Amino acid sequence: MTQARTMTDGGYNFAYLDEQTKRMIRRAILKAVAIPGHQVPFGSREMPLPYGWGTGGIQVTASIIGLADVLKVIDQGADDTTNAVSIRRFFARTAGVATTQATEAATIIQTRHRIPETVLKDDQIIVYQVPIPEPLRWLEPREAETRKMHGLADYGVMHVKLYEDIATYGHIETSYDYPVLVNGRYLTAPSPIPKFDNPKMHEMAALQLFGAGREKRIYAIPPYTRVESLDFEDHPFAAQTWDARCAICGAGDSFLDEVITDDHGGSMFVCSDTDHCGRRVADGHRGDGE
Amino acid sequence: MYVAVKGGEKAIDNAHALLAEERRGDVGVPELTLDQIKQQMGLAVDRVMGEGSLYDPDLAALAIKQAQGDLVEAVFLLRAFRTTLPRLAVTTPVDTAAMTVRRRISATFKDLPGGQVLGPTYDYTHRLLDFALAAGAPAPPAPEGDPAVMADAMPRVTDILAYQDLIEPEAGDTDGEGKVADLTREPLAFPAGRDLRLQNLARADEGFLLALGYSTQRGYGRSHPFAGEIRMGEVAVEIVPEELGFAIEIGDITVTECQMINQFAGSATEPPQFTRGYGLMFGRSERKAMSMALVDRSLRARELGEEIEAPAQDEEFVLYHSDNVEAQGFVQHLKLPHYVDFQSELVLVRALRREAAARRSEAAE
Amino acid sequence: MTTSTGSMTGGLAAGFHDPVHDAQGVFRDVLRAMSRPGEVRETAVQIDPPAPLNIAGAAVCLALLDFETPLWIDGGGRDADGAASFLTFHTGAPRATGPAQADFVLVADGRILPAFDTFRQGTDEAPEGSATLIVQVADLAAASPDAAGAWRLDGPGIDGTVGLHVSGLPDGIADDLARNADRFPRGIDLILCAGRRIAALPRTTRVEG
Repeated sequence: MTQARTMTDGGYNFAYLDEQTKRMIRRAILKAVAIPGHQVPFGSREMPLPYGWGTGGIQVTASIIGLADVLKVIDQGADDTTNAVSIRRFFARTAGVATTQATEAATIIQTRHRIPETVLKDDQIIVYQVPIPEPLRWLEPREAETRKMHGLADYGVMHVKLYEDIATYGHIETSYDYPVLVNGRYLTAPSPIPKFDNPKMHEMAALQLFGAGREKRIYAIPPYTRVESLDFEDHPFAAQTWDARCAICGAGDSFLDEVITDDHGGSMFVCSDTDHCGRRVADGHRGDGE
Repeated sequence: MYVAVKGGEKAIDNAHALLAEERRGDVGVPELTLDQIKQQMGLAVDRVMGEGSLYDPDLAALAIKQAQGDLVEAVFLLRAFRTTLPRLAVTTPVDTAAMTVRRRISATFKDLPGGQVLGPTYDYTHRLLDFALAAGAPAPPAPEGDPAVMADAMPRVTDILAYQDLIEPEAGDTDGEGKVADLTREPLAFPAGRDLRLQNLARADEGFLLALGYSTQRGYGRSHPFAGEIRMGEVAVEIVPEELGFAIEIGDITVTECQMINQFAGSATEPPQFTRGYGLMFGRSERKAMSMALVDRSLRARELGEEIEAPAQDEEFVLYHSDNVEAQGFVQHLKLPHYVDFQSELVLVRALRREAAARRSEAAE
Repeated sequence: MTTSTGSMTGGLAAGFHDPVHDAQGVFRDVLRAMSRPGEVRETAVQIDPPAPLNIAGAAVCLALLDFETPLWIDGGGRDADGAASFLTFHTGAPRATGPAQADFVLVADGRILPAFDTFRQGTDEAPEGSATLIVQVADLAAASPDAAGAWRLDGPGIDGTVGLHVSGLPDGIADDLARNADRFPRGIDLILCAGRRIAALPRTTRVEG
């Protein structure tokens, strides 16, 4: 599962970025850690991968990674989706670092849309790819305005929006990228992870870094930091649940993907976190997918 | 038993092999050379250099070849290369008044010092497909030129107007430090200075600027433009090495410049006068230079105290959406897997439907 | 390069042996320290910087500074020209015109630490614009939160509370740090350096001393 270090492509610097760019990003990361949940603008570079495909996460990873690191890359919880493969290869090629699919073996985990089911540890860093870092963007498209709202911690519009959802639908109509309040101060986008994963962010032992390349923002949540999903006393936050279990490993407490099995409404559910699922199978757990 | 989809690595390798085959096409047809692209598809090369923000016809030609002529993809390739280049020096401003002019027209004066020079333009061609080209035309006859005319001094129309004090002075070095903003080093911040706006527009997608410029002509932020002057030709690029302390020329580049002249009724502090909209592009890129000048003038609404009501006057809207490398990436990222988010929405929609059904049956009882 | 530093290059101490990986390693130490206030890191980097720089202080500067980061050096009354030449040569960081213009401030001797409001605090809309202080101190050691003479820290990055023993800062500094934390989101961030040791106190950390 773990691939050893490899030789890198000549012609480019270690991890692709030049040293000056890395320093600029490193300085932005340190300020981001010092101001949990605040979006720090940075001079995002054009990467050889398209904007919107993880360029922010890649720049953050490229700026922190060293020869001693072991990198895991997931997309939708899986290590083998094409974009995850492409990004993992990029680092194997430009940095020659060891890569892994095992959550526990990784020192850096770059992710799109999921937090692994395995509880992250104190010596790990999780790097999120972020498409729209501004949690208020859907309510106020102007950066000049949202910046003021953050400056004043004026998040009334978000509470009104969520409350209107409840009044209209009886539910908060947000199932992913569900906004959080970091350390009681900054309203923050958790990136488009399902709200199922939100509770994992709270007091997480690992450092959480967020990179938005196209939008040119970096933000962070230090370990052991309060992360609250917005809610109301009479409508407390609740994560998704399923009636089903994973058809492969039988897990009843993981995020499940629905797999269509025929064109008559037939479907089954399997773990979105492929490493978690594989490890459970190796431990002898079975689902009823046979 | 169900087995999760695997094989991403292999799929990617196969996709690359298929792409390489498609790019080359029929191997019985001779392969394009970069010289052919540079010489015979020069306008494509110029567009890619402009939006790619890198003046290098050889690399632009390579990008076009690699991208199978998809110019937005070629721009992306050039940008990704550009970002790895070290900054060696900052040039002094190019002097377009000293341009070796190949084309120069003014829509505001019938005649003027230096005259009107049509130069190489499609303007008065009849757009009839030339079937002789399809057959492989022989080399065209040499044009009859009048080098004496071209050698004349050609003052810029805006300089002539400035002499009579009828147009606002040219924007100078506003911060007095000789520094120009660079959005490839520092992220955009608002309100944006004109230097930053012009840089953004020069890199912007031609189609986006064309549509926005057009919208100003149709009443969405009307600015009463006249094409004061459009000129195209070669300008010298100079740098001042710190150890020398004086300017040295490092080469020539081809540029197209457009100066729009716009009405301005005046304000409490400014007399009625003409105002400027500016466009400057690498290579021969007249359509875009004109669009850029229209949008530049529209984006000056705040500075000139005009009401901001049209898209082309809205700097956040224009500057955040003009870059085709950013835009194409984000639009196309929708094809990446969104299984997890979609599953989250499915769970929600099913819950909402269950509750709605329960409410209906309750009401029915 | 100016003539004065140019003539000194022959006598200047070397910077990082491996600029890419040394910088990465030092950065990760600083990142770890900044995201876990109170934790003391020990840099493994091999450098021999000129006085009054200590190894950690010099390493942090080499890892984070460049031509984009105006630097203010507070020599605490001692001659810091050697340190200034070393840092200018190896990082290219311009000297800030005053303490309020600096992105980074190197405080050569923590006992003579200028008042925090001498430095940029950032704004509510752009709190990241505040200064980072690299403060050289006599000693740094992890401690139990209840140990005599140790600070008790809590805040983001800290699981409960943690202790930190710092020697070589002015008396009453804990009050200044508390006031700094009260300004959040504005405020300065400190990187403390002693010998090879690095610890950090971001503006979020509440200090009881």
